[in-house]
Amino acid sequence: MNIVENFDLYAPRLVTKKELFCAGHRACQGCGEVLAVRLMCKALGENTVIASATGCMEIVSSLYPSTAWEVPWIHVAFENAAAVASGVEAGLKALRKKGRIDDRYIKVVGMAGDGGTMDIGLQALSGAMERGHDMLFVCFDNEAYMNTGIQRSSGTPMGASTTTAPAGKISYGQKTWKKNMPEIMVAHNIPYVATACPSYPLDFIRKVEKAKKIKGPSYIHCFSVCPTGWRSPSHLTIALGRLVVETGIFPLYEVENGKYKISAEMPKKLKPIKDYFKTQGRFRHLGEAEIEMIQKRVNSEYDKLLDKVKCLKAWN
Amino acid sequence: MAKRVGMEVAMAVAEAVGQCNIDMAAVYPITPQSHIAEHLSELIADGKVDAEFVTVESEHSAMSAVIGASGTGARVYTATSSQGLMLMHELLPIASAMRLPIVMGIANRAVSGPLNILNDHSDIMPQRDSGWISIFAENGQEAIDLSIQAFKIAEHKDVLLPVCINIDGFQLTHMVEPVEFPEQELVNKFLPPREPYATLHPGKPVTMGAFAMADYYPEMMKAKNEAIKNSKKTILAVWEEWAKIFGRRYSPVETYKAEGAEILLLTMGSMGETAEVAIDELRAQGKSVGLVKLRLWRPFPFEELKEAVKEAKKLIVTDRAVSFGGPGGPVFSEIKSALYHEEARPMICNYIIGLGGRDVAVTDFTGMIERVVQEDVKKIADTYEFWGVRE
Repeated sequence: MNIVENFDLYAPRLVTKKELFCAGHRACQGCGEVLAVRLMCKALGENTVIASATGCMEIVSSLYPSTAWEVPWIHVAFENAAAVASGVEAGLKALRKKGRIDDRYIKVVGMAGDGGTMDIGLQALSGAMERGHDMLFVCFDNEAYMNTGIQRSSGTPMGASTTTAPAGKISYGQKTWKKNMPEIMVAHNIPYVATACPSYPLDFIRKVEKAKKIKGPSYIHCFSVCPTGWRSPSHLTIALGRLVVETGIFPLYEVENGKYKISAEMPKKLKPIKDYFKTQGRFRHLGEAEIEMIQKRVNSEYDKLLDKVKCLKAWN
Repeated sequence: MAKRVGMEVAMAVAEAVGQCNIDMAAVYPITPQSHIAEHLSELIADGKVDAEFVTVESEHSAMSAVIGASGTGARVYTATSSQGLMLMHELLPIASAMRLPIVMGIANRAVSGPLNILNDHSDIMPQRDSGWISIFAENGQEAIDLSIQAFKIAEHKDVLLPVCINIDGFQLTHMVEPVEFPEQELVNKFLPPREPYATLHPGKPVTMGAFAMADYYPEMMKAKNEAIKNSKKTILAVWEEWAKIFGRRYSPVETYKAEGAEILLLTMGSMGETAEVAIDELRAQGKSVGLVKLRLWRPFPFEELKEAVKEAKKLIVTDRAVSFGGPGGPVFSEIKSALYHEEARPMICNYIIGLGGRDVAVTDFTGMIERVVQEDVKKIADTYEFWGVRE
């Protein structure tokens, strides 16, 4: 029996009812990102401090004088969530050592969108991971600068139309391949890297819980469907999050101490990417040739990932 | 009684910061600040200072990390210079808006381009309106004293603002000077542990750095302005307390042989001591000259400045920075606007001097004063000139 198919049955027993990211925020209808943030908070629990980058999740949650956050939360700027989180971690560590705060374990979490992680925030994140802070960093990747109006980022997929890489008479939109951010984190030799998507809530929660237990740096790349930016129907958010996984465009996997493991949610046989593309306005202009080119790339990238699993298993 | 020792000023600043029971520091290396970062790490590595030292990958992250740590309630320190300060620029108004009592040492250095590592004040001037308390040191002893006082000022419940201490790069940071460290016991008494207003702790969750639009933003800006204006009271009280305990007196505007002087020279930072020599020489020749040293840059000490210059006929303001296409150097602009409404105010002229580490000699100051004596007042009033610069 598939756990996701029977989510209603399992959820009350597996997921806490306690909300640490509460209702009343200003996210769009069908926002996959805000769902992911809410699930992340459930998995982290109350002994958490979050440092957030500027972005959708920051503005929808913290419009003064209201807040959606039931955990301590700090926002400073766009590119520095990981650096702020480094400081929070160091500050708490020093105060705990000196007995100025109680000695409970507090997980420090940095969070940002794809721009705040992969583009403008990459340096601060690389520094924080390299220094080995006891910190989880979560990238909520909705594949463009949605907060500023759907401009392309290095996380935007090939062929997607955005406001700064629009499809036009002589262009099919984004002309670069999506940056492989989880691999960049793996290259930092941190203990835990995972990909996740809130369409697989139990898998996502389990991964956050795993990262929470690690006394050191960890990274989760969370795929977040954005109906506003992708011009997709808001009721299809969960379905799109599942299709991106089922097509192998965004495979779910973990890398624990350098060892790759494909998550149980991955199907044996991948669906064609066409199934995923067809309900999204950002891909509507793509012709057969472009889709074919992207399909080839998705296949080869997925094969590469499977090879890494096999090869590192054999090497072990 | 504390013993006098010879020490490089940058290292002395690190020693002084180490006396302040800091919890965390994040400093990125940059000439001529690096000796502060190095010596502070040494003190922490030797267990002499019990603090976390975060070896950040940029000044931007240094400021970000101290903001995060200060948010937890920790006492934090950072230091930088020139390009590093320019890189931090984005975060400076955020730190003050969040009312975090961060202390930063600045080894003042010229900003690029062209690349130049030597002293002037072009790094701090663009930070003027960021809501930081900004104080200038004239010598090593002042750099030590001000660095310790800064924590007390910043953390005071009536202030809660970040403070930067300007220490001229090389001219001060790399000089070996005789300095006296205050006794640790007295520092502990002067500077008790920080009592934060709110902290990032699950015991009492708070949201820091919220988003505010036109319905709240202007009130927040006014509140910040009131806070920094009000901070002068605390600054004066802290300096008074320092004078009582340690015997060294500080004030927002300091004067040297200025009483009754017809011509006043105004300096900021390490040039002050050179200017004193010039004043001595001219006084010996019977000239009616004196010196005004501006220590407190923000909040600007309007009252004290007016008081200091009210009897003078001519005021020469020196600037170590340029406001390109503007009305003169940034200090000159401030002084002029501060005196605009005064009925009796001196004629003011401006010399931009010592850019990019160009040596500032006693003869430069005597030359300026002699020029002002000879020149027709009307010709030089309200103008500025690059002193000693080739055409």
